[in-house]
Formats: sequence, C-alpha cells, structure tokens
Amino acid sequence: MTTTDTPRSIRIAVLAMGGEGGGVLADWIVDMGEHNGYIGQTTSVPGVAQRTGATIYYIELFPRAVAEAAGRPPVLAMMPVPGDVDIVVASELMEAGRAVQRGIVTPDRTTLIASTHRVFAMTEKIALADGRVDETALRDACRTAARRWVAFDMATLADRAGSVISAVMFGALAGSGSLPFSREAFEATIERGGVGVSASKKAFGLGHDVAQGKEPAPLPPEREKAPPKPRPPALVDEAQRIFPAAAMDIIRAGIERLVDYQDEAYAHLYIDRLKPVADFDVGRGDGSFALLTEVARHLALGMAYEDTIRVAELKIRHSRFQRVAKEVQLKDGQILTIAEFLHPRLQEIAETVPAWLGKRMLADGWLRRFVERMTQEGRIVETTSITGFLQLYAVASLKPRRRQSLRYATEQQHLDAWIAKVLDLAISDYGLALEFAECRNLVKGYGDTHERGRRSFERITGMLGRIAQQQQPARLLAELRAAALADESGGKLTETAGRLGLA
Amino acid sequence: MAERSFKEEVKSLRLGDGDEFAGEGILAITKALLQSGVSYVGGYQGAPISHLMDVLADANDILEDLGVHFESSASEATAAAMLAASVNYPLRGAVTFKSPVGTNVASDALANLTSGGVTGGALIIVGEDYGEGSSIMQERNHAFAMKSQIWQLDPKPNLPTIVNMVEKGFQLSEASNTPVMLQVRIRACHVYGRFATKDNVRPSFTLRDAMENPRRDVNRIVLPPASYLHEKEKVEKRWPAAVKFIVDNKLNEMTEGDLSEIGIALQGGMYNTALRALELVGLADAFGNSRIPLYVLNVTYPLVDEEFTRFARGKKAILIVEEGQPEFIEQAVNTILRRADIQTKVHGKDIFPMAGEYTGQVMKDAFGKFIALYEPQAMSTGATPEGDNRRKAAVAALDGKVHGRPPSFCTGCPERPIFTAMKLVERELGPHHVSCDIGCHLFSILPPFNIGATTMGYGLGGAGAAAFNTVSDKRVISVMGDGGFWHNGLVSSVGNAVFNKADNVIIVVDNGYSAATGGQDILSSHHPSLMRNTQNAIEKAVRGIGVTWARTIERTYDLKAMVSTLREALTTPEKGPKVIVAQSECMLNKQRRVRPQMNQAIKDGKRVVRERFGVDPDTCTGDHSCIRLSGCPSLTIAPNPDPLRKDPITQVINSCVGCGLCGEVSHAAVLCPSFYRASIINNPTPADLRRKKLRDAVIGFFQRRLARRSLATA
Repeated sequence: MTTTDTPRSIRIAVLAMGGEGGGVLADWIVDMGEHNGYIGQTTSVPGVAQRTGATIYYIELFPRAVAEAAGRPPVLAMMPVPGDVDIVVASELMEAGRAVQRGIVTPDRTTLIASTHRVFAMTEKIALADGRVDETALRDACRTAARRWVAFDMATLADRAGSVISAVMFGALAGSGSLPFSREAFEATIERGGVGVSASKKAFGLGHDVAQGKEPAPLPPEREKAPPKPRPPALVDEAQRIFPAAAMDIIRAGIERLVDYQDEAYAHLYIDRLKPVADFDVGRGDGSFALLTEVARHLALGMAYEDTIRVAELKIRHSRFQRVAKEVQLKDGQILTIAEFLHPRLQEIAETVPAWLGKRMLADGWLRRFVERMTQEGRIVETTSITGFLQLYAVASLKPRRRQSLRYATEQQHLDAWIAKVLDLAISDYGLALEFAECRNLVKGYGDTHERGRRSFERITGMLGRIAQQQQPARLLAELRAAALADESGGKLTETAGRLGLA
Repeated sequence: MAERSFKEEVKSLRLGDGDEFAGEGILAITKALLQSGVSYVGGYQGAPISHLMDVLADANDILEDLGVHFESSASEATAAAMLAASVNYPLRGAVTFKSPVGTNVASDALANLTSGGVTGGALIIVGEDYGEGSSIMQERNHAFAMKSQIWQLDPKPNLPTIVNMVEKGFQLSEASNTPVMLQVRIRACHVYGRFATKDNVRPSFTLRDAMENPRRDVNRIVLPPASYLHEKEKVEKRWPAAVKFIVDNKLNEMTEGDLSEIGIALQGGMYNTALRALELVGLADAFGNSRIPLYVLNVTYPLVDEEFTRFARGKKAILIVEEGQPEFIEQAVNTILRRADIQTKVHGKDIFPMAGEYTGQVMKDAFGKFIALYEPQAMSTGATPEGDNRRKAAVAALDGKVHGRPPSFCTGCPERPIFTAMKLVERELGPHHVSCDIGCHLFSILPPFNIGATTMGYGLGGAGAAAFNTVSDKRVISVMGDGGFWHNGLVSSVGNAVFNKADNVIIVVDNGYSAATGGQDILSSHHPSLMRNTQNAIEKAVRGIGVTWARTIERTYDLKAMVSTLREALTTPEKGPKVIVAQSECMLNKQRRVRPQMNQAIKDGKRVVRERFGVDPDTCTGDHSCIRLSGCPSLTIAPNPDPLRKDPITQVINSCVGCGLCGEVSHAAVLCPSFYRASIINNPTPADLRRKKLRDAVIGFFQRRLARRSLATA
C-alpha cells in the first residue's frame, strides 16, 4: 500500500447505519488481517447511533513482520484523519457522501467502495412532495473525491443472496483488490465467523464479482409498468393524430388511466379538454410542449380523483392481490390474507352516492346523524375474506353511476376553471401558466390532506391577479408553491405571501 | 437480558498465566479487575461503559466462582456508595458509570467516600462520553477528580496499558487511602486489541469475613471534627503518598527526542491520536518514536511537580495536549513552573482550540503551529496534495446534500405511538409545554415528531416541569422512561409532584428495559429474572407515593386508547399529578427474543402467522403524512410507479415487524386508504387450506367478472 519505505498501516473506515452490520464487517477485516500476517486494531463510537443513526468504524492493519523487526508494537490510530485513509467502505450513497464531506476521502489516496442504493434520511421522507436529494450530485462528488470509486447497488445483491449488506461490502472490498489478501483469505474469514456462512459467502461472491466487473451491477429497480393493455384504446390512435408526439407519453397514460377509471366517453372528455391547450401550445408555445404535457398530467390525475369507488375497485383487483403477494415475498405453501384500514367519512360517502341522496346526507337530519355515527371509527376490512371482498365489490359497483355523484360535478367544475385560467394566463405569460398548471399537484390525498391541499391551491389561485402584476411572476408562483409544500399548517405559505406583498 | 450477549466473549475471562487475550477494551478491563483480586463490583449502565455491565452480568458464574459480588446498581449514587465497603476493610471494590452524567449523580457518595478515605483499593471506572458519538453535555470528569481529590488515571488507549493501570490503580488507592478513577474514552472502550493475561486472583479477605467481623473507625466518618481532619490528611498525607507511588512505579512516561528544546505533555488517552498526528507531520514513526520529547500522563490527577519541572527545565517551550475545558492541567503546570521559577513557555489552549474533540486533524494543525514557532526547519515540506482542489470541489458540491442521520426510534418501537398520540391530541387541544427526560424517548425532539422543550437529567422529566405549578388553562406534559423512573424519577419527579400538589401530566414509557443503554433489566421489567427481582409495577409504585389518577395502557400501539387517555389526563378536573404508564415491550429486545422462536416454530412445521404492513402504490398520492406521524424506519419512500405522478410514494419495506401503528394512524388521523396489513400464514392447517379454496373460488369469480366489465368499458 505504501509508496515509500516508511512502515505504514493500512487505514480503513467503514461508514454504516445502526443495525447494518458495520461492526461485523470491521471485525471480519481485523480477523482476516490477524490470520494473514497483520496486527489489527478496530474501534468505533456506537453509542446511541446504534438506533438507526449514522456511525463510523475505523480499522488499521500493520504488517506483523515489520513490527517484529522493529522490536516494538506499532501505535495505531483511533480515528480516521483526513487525507490519510486508504479505503473507505460506505453502506449507502449518502453515507459515502458523508465520508467525502468529512474529508476522509481524498483523490491522492482513497479507494471509496460504496453501495449506491438509497436509505432516505428522515428529512427526505417527511417532505409533503418530493424531498429526495439529487443522487447524481452525490455520485459525482464521490467520484470526484476518490482515487478509485467502486460503487454499485449492494442492497439488491444482499437481497438476492438472502443475506445482509455487510457481506456484499466485504465481497466488494475483496473484489476491489485494495487489500493484500486473496479471495480465499476473505472467504476463510467468513467461515471462521460461523454464522450464516453459506448466505454470507453467496453475498460475498456477488459483491466480489461485480466489483471485478465479472458480473454486471444490478440495475436500478425499474418502475413497475402497468400490464400491457390487451387492446390499446382506439382513442390513443385518435390522440396521436391530434397531439404533438412530445406530449404523447403522458397523454397516452392519461387516456388509459381514464378508460380504466370510468369509460371511453370519459377519456374522450379528457381529449376534448386538452385540445385548446394543444392548439395554444402548437401555435404560441415555445416548442417544448411543456404546458400541454403538464396540463395533460394533472388533468388526468384530477379527473381520476380518488373516491371510494376508485379505491374499492383498486383494492379488489386480482392484479393487486398478486402485487401484494410479491411485495411481502410470499412463498409457496404460505397463505396470504390482506386487511384494509379504511376510514370513509360522511363527506366521502355523501359525495359518492347519487347527488340527491348525497345532498340529503349532508343536510341536517336523521340520515346525517346515522351516517356520522356509523363512520366515527375506522374500519378494518379483510379483502381476502368473502364478506370483506363483497363489501368493497358493492362499492366498486357504483362506478357506472359515478357521474350522478356530487363529487363528480364539483371536480369537473374545478378542472374546467383551472384549465380556463391556465389558458388565460398563457396568453400573456407562458411560464406563469406552466407554473399554475403545476399547482394542481397541491391537490392530492384524502380527507384532511385533500382539504388542506385544496385550500392552498385556492389561496394561490386567489393571488394570481396580484402575482401577474409583479416582476418575474412565474418565479414568485414557484416560490409560493414550494411554500405551500413546506408545512401542513399553511404557515409558510402565509409567511411567504406576506413577505412577497401578496397577502 | 441485555441487547448484546457476551456469553461467548466472557470465556476469555478465565484465561490465565501465559495466555493471550484478544477482544474489546471493556472486556479487558473486566479481566483486569479479576486479575486484581476485586471483591465486589457495581455500576450503572450508559455509553460507553454499558458493555462493561453487560459483560459482568453475563460473567456472573465466573464471578461467583471467584467469590466476587456483582450488582446492577439502582443509580450511580448507589454504585458509588457501594464503595463504602472498602472504607474499613481490605476489600478491593470497583464501580463503573458514564461521565460526567453518572459522576454528577454519584458525586455525593464520592465526596463522602473520599473525605474519609479508604483502606481497600477503590476503583471508579468512568466512561468519558465526550466528542463524536456522545449523547450528553460536553464536560470533563477531571473537575470531579479535582474537587474531591480523587486520583484520575487516563491511560494510553492500548490494552496492555489499560489493564496495567487497573492493577496499579488499586495499589495506588491503597497506598494513598484514596479512591482512584480510571477514565476511558469511548473509542478506548470499544478498541479491539490483545494483552498477555495473568491468573485471576480470589480475594484473600472476603465480604463475608467483613460481615462476620465488623469494624468501625469514627475517624473515617464525615462529621466534625473528623471532617476537618480529613481535609488536612488529604493534602498532608494522602497526596504525597500518591505522588510517591506514581513516581516510584513510573506510571507516567517520558521519552527523549532530538528536538530537545521543545516538548509535548499529553493526556495518556490522547496518545495514539497525537502520535498519528506527529507521524503525519513527519516527526514520529509508526512505532511511537517521536523527534519531540514526550511526557505522557497516564495519571492526569494529581500532577507530579517534580516530573513536570524535570521535563520542562532547559526547554524553550512545551505544548500541553489537554482535551476539553477548562484547561485544568495547563493552569496547574503554569503554577508548578512559576513556583519552581522555570521560564519555559507553556502552550496549550492558545494553540489548540479551547473546546471540542481533539481529532487527528486538530492535533495535526496544532502541532504544525507549535513547530513553526520553535523548530520551523523540522517541518515536513507539507505541500498540499495534488488532489486537494478536487477534494474541495467535491465537498463544495455536497453542500446541503448530506442530511444528518441522527439516531431515531427503531422499526416498530412502542414509544412512537405515544408521540403520535401527542401529535394528534395537539391538533385538538393545541400545543403543550413538554418536559423531556433521558432515554430513547428523547428522540421525540427530532423530526418527525418535534416534541419536547427541555431535558434536565435522568428521571428528572417531571422535575423539569415543577415550576409550572400554577393556575393555567393548559397542563404541562412530562415524559420519562422506566429506566429514568427507577433511577431517580419516582421520588424526584413523581413524589415531588404529589407533595407539591402539581396538576400536570407525567407519561412514563414502560418498555420493560433500560432500553437506551442497551436493554438492561430494571425493577419493572415485565419478565421474571433469575438474578434480579423484576415485575414490580410502576403504577403500583406511583400509587404507593400518593398518585390518585394513574392509568396503565398495556399496548401503546392502541392509538385510540393512547389518545383518549392523554386527552382525559389533560382535561380531567381531578387535581394532583396525572400519571400515564404506557406499556409495550422494547421492539429491539422483543425481536431479538421472538424472532428466533418464530423461525424455529416455522421450521418445526407449526402454524405461524407473520404480519406486516404495506402501501398500495396506486392509491398513495405521495403526501407522506403517514411518515410525519410515525417516522418508522421501515416506512420509507420509493419512486412513483405511476408515469403521471412525480412525487415518491410511501413504501413499507420488509423489515416491518407488523406493530400496527401505520394502520392505527391512518384510522385515527383519517389519512388515506392505502395501508394494508398482510398476514402470512406459515404451515397452514387443513382448515386454512379449505377456507382459502372456498375464498379463491368466490372471489375469483367476481374478480373475473370485474375484469370483463372493465374491458367492456374500454
């Protein structure tokens, strides 16, 4: 490892999260060193970090023969020093980034071996929309900072081997060739450990081979594609003739969604609504067809609003049963039962049934009190039982009468008004119209979440007139939209609107 | 049963003359205690010395063979008071706890112990929880050593030195009739290394000998006039005796170097990091041969004037490496050198940062500055490595992109629903002032819960709310764990609230263990224990000291019960403290216990149902309210499979233990219908199979009809 004659230990840092086996990996490395002519030392600062926090293990290996020749034991360090670490092994992409940020990955010295999968931080998970950190930036920084960058998705390989990520990391370390030990020496270490040896060795082998390029790295998990339609709706052909190709991926998905959601006529309505937007974008757009694409996206989602009928239908499908079986990794000989946690409230029920009945439910009276009493508590419905299934089936059967429901009427009104406003804005400011189209993303979810989103959407809609008169209105609107997604209380939106003089 | 088992490792405690020990620092210290003929050991768990308590518990039969009594003390104060056995009898005793928090609690007993002095060796092993990985306030144990005049050892962090210092510590204690603290830092506790072992020593004088032949000496008791005598004795007899022992036994180390006009004096615990830093600036080799003379203080209190003057004499300057503040050693050295009229310049915190951990980088920078002042020609060229710009660019590119990953509640943790309930009640009744305690539950102050205003110490959650005892439309909530409750909380928090007629709410999280410190048993642990008396109910205890409104919730996951009990506690007209005992077993410990049993049962062909939760990707709209109300590690986000949607969906990963909180949350908070509970029946019975067959037939029929219909509409 050393470039000069000065005796030097091999310096290795392992970054992992509590429960990932970072300690086991560190112990393996020391044990391997001790069995192959090295003096080993490892230490760590576990503490409460064991509870899912990020933690670091540090290992040094020093050639025993050199120590014996010197007649003195080496003094080995207790923690990594920036610029001085030979190998960094990280169990996850952001942890690899953390190693870089701590300065222990340096271009002159460090081989950075990392799993590229993500375990999202709490701050990324709790965002109201998409709070994920840009993975490309993390990867690029790691590649820039490291002398060598050995990186692939080790979590997937661990799953494939039925083992844990630390075994794949050990394999990647072996495969990287950055330690002076043979593959056999690595494997003998796993065998000496004596726990889960065959699964660990399998995981080790996968990590080793991918690191050496003998096996392809696992691909990022693909988006679960919708099953191919037995016959593509004729409407798609029609749409292809009307709309520019750039927007067709989304429009096609929209048509398929709405046929599935309701029927062909409903998808027709979708196309009809899109036509004026397309006309505008063809005639006066910037050629990107971004406006058409975004309106098509949000219009499809808006028209396929999640009412109880839709939820019931999605829950009882055969394909859904299969998906759950796959997700819980059901094996032959096991039986799966599925129970739903549903909490429909008066509002949702009244909005689903035919409008005349819905209005009566919402009016004060015995019917309202009755439904309210029945819906005070959430219900657990076992979809895989006959009675549970039939309950949901009955709700799903209301689908042909959806157009008579209260919710249907309101949703269509909202959407028409939104499109009209988008077109209106587009005439004077394409960017602003595009931003406003995207504001539909605020309206999502169920119950309180949905109401909160709609409130934010309407507050922003109400400010549009004033926004349009400001400098850079599109940027302002984007800022407001981000503010609406910053917290649940709407406090940030109020604050931002106030600051921008829009309140 | 502690979180980590040392059943295998403790076998090395039986090694004898001529054997070699290989293992962690903590285990080595235990072995050293046995080699030193210790009679009794006590302590209170806490990082970094939790494992010392766990090792001792797992080694109980070895200890019994040697006639050593070990107990898990109720608190650090209990542990320190236990050393009273060494006051009148030639018994060697050792206790352990973390510092400074443990020493804070222990200091009453420590001060009394030290005032009277000891006959048998008394060793206090303190785990200094300072710097990276620490979970407590950043203070020094050194202050306690100074204020009570307890000698403090800070050995070089390698196993032979640590082990030697344990033995020497007992001898020093006996030679100077003073208790001795052995300070070990977090990395030293966990460092893996080797040392040559000796036979264990059975104490020649036993606890039973003492109990059957009691002795007393009124001069050893802290009461005037003896207490005045003690102070004199400390400085006139015990201190000089200690210094003599330290010098005679060469506990501190001094090395020469060719740069003899300067020198570095350092705490022993800093040795390895300091030597690495010297190696990196080109002034030492890998074996600790330094060009600068070194004075390594394996004993950091008392300092030996004679050694310091010898080291400093004739030098232009010395640098003191002293982690933490205030800089007690540096101040003392200045006094020593002034008194001896030695003009050597003393550097320390003028070159080093006053506060913070002395990492390799910090030391490297400080040594660089020191050498530049006095021996600039000795500096290695120190050219910036070529790649430094690349490194800087990478670090800059990561700005804001590497999020903190603090510890958090584990998957399925039973404490999480308590805070979910608090969040939900907050929606109804508005926010309340929340006083926190020490324990896993303190993770509530972080996202996603963001609950809690202060933490004043272990078992002091209720006490931290004591001032808020006035007429108000809102009550104050305090949270305390069962560990803290038994440590101090019963009296200082609950008893105090009863006595002072407080009208607030105290939640006691009863997960069956001292969970944050590694799952040690406590008085109210829910299972029987061979070694200890457990299963003493918390509600019974609080009623015993006068609480009249007390409720025990046996399943914290029952969110409805949690919410309604909390609401009632906050609104009931009843006066006096309202105590809610929220029970459910620590999931980390439960899984460790239950999972092997479950796997064995499945192997044996028994019917076993495993539950886990899931989210339907086609109904999840990606708002993540569920995560904000739970924060479970198994609840995460994933790319949205829907081409129309951009926001990531929520996903439950297979590590889910099926605690049920997700479902409860979506019910209680009326979130969304996306959650499902999957029950996986292993080894189904014939009845299960018959039921499935019937179900599949009926449901299959309707599913096919549904599929046909949707085709018809297409």
